[in-house]
Amino acid sequence: MSATPDPSAAAADGLNARVVSWDVAELDVEGVVRDVVRAPDPVLSTVGPEVDPTSAETVQLAADLVATMRVSPGCVGLAAPQVGVSAKVFCVDVSEHPKTRGHHGTFVLCNAVVVESSRNEKAREGCMSVPDLTGDVKRATRLVVRGRLPGTGEEVELSTGAFEARALQHEIDHCEGLLFLDRVAGAHAIHQRKTYL
Amino acid sequence: MTQHAITVLGHDRPGIIAQTTAILADLGLNIEDTSMTLLRGHFAMTLVCAGGSDDDRIAAALAPLAGDGTLTVTVREVSAEGAVAASGTPYLLTVHGGDRPGIVSTVVAVVAEVGGNVTDLTTRLSGDLYVLLAEVDLPTDVDVEALRTSLGEAAGRLGVGVTLRAAEADEL
Ligand SMILES: [Zn+2]
Repeated sequence: MSATPDPSAAAADGLNARVVSWDVAELDVEGVVRDVVRAPDPVLSTVGPEVDPTSAETVQLAADLVATMRVSPGCVGLAAPQVGVSAKVFCVDVSEHPKTRGHHGTFVLCNAVVVESSRNEKAREGCMSVPDLTGDVKRATRLVVRGRLPGTGEEVELSTGAFEARALQHEIDHCEGLLFLDRVAGAHAIHQRKTYL
Repeated sequence: MTQHAITVLGHDRPGIIAQTTAILADLGLNIEDTSMTLLRGHFAMTLVCAGGSDDDRIAAALAPLAGDGTLTVTVREVSAEGAVAASGTPYLLTVHGGDRPGIVSTVVAVVAEVGGNVTDLTTRLSGDLYVLLAEVDLPTDVDVEALRTSLGEAAGRLGVGVTLRAAEADEL
């Protein structure tokens, strides 16, 4: 589904070659498409606990997140709370998005944290869990994130920018029980997708 | 369940919203959508509430707000129909330049001509500077470049600048 970038070119672009080469097939389990929960479901506002990235449960969750992301049109990321599981696990794949420049393809991170962030920019975000609203949110466009890969549990640190950085911050927020609604840039910064007559 | 559109306009002071919403809560009305801002320093709030009370009862309950003559309150039942899907693509229209009559009417006329629907509008006059921000839903078949040209021509005649930017959200 996604164009896999060339790992050897990755290092030259400042990408993490291990993350670039990661593929969901490594998990060796079949991902199951799960229902996406919507606000105000309390799981979306709950801080997810850290997980054991090597546990069978986490590996299945990682595969399910990727499977669910792939059947959702336009979806570039999905976090565990969005499938009803309070946990620090999310997947991202911005490779098909027109705003993407450098990217790491499809990957899943467990227990991810932001190590460095700078250069904020405001843009409008939508979320599958808040389907009828969008919001203007400032996010860092330079980002360093550290987390663990599901399955092997290796620690990885990746530097990214632009759209992938925005997606990562949005998904890490989900794992912390935060929605874009918690970060909108002002009282008039949320917008209705539907017109009510 | 009926819906009521309520407006409160007038001289700003702390506590107007607290007083208004307490009265509405006492009537068992549920505040659905609200917009409030200060327009040239004047308090301006519009709310749509749902609940069983009729307009007269709501107006009577809100009457104390207008007691000192500095606020005007109106209540009107509106028909509560279901949501309809947004018909177009969202754009953000920005105009700024020297103040003169006709900026808003001229610019929104260009938008209306192509079937665009304004969903949010703010204008601010700051000294001689006039600023207009509008969220506009454009029908999907609109030629956006041609619209930009028309807007540019209209703005040129007014001596103001105009930009039209896509405001589509990134799905995350
Ligand atoms: Zn989301």
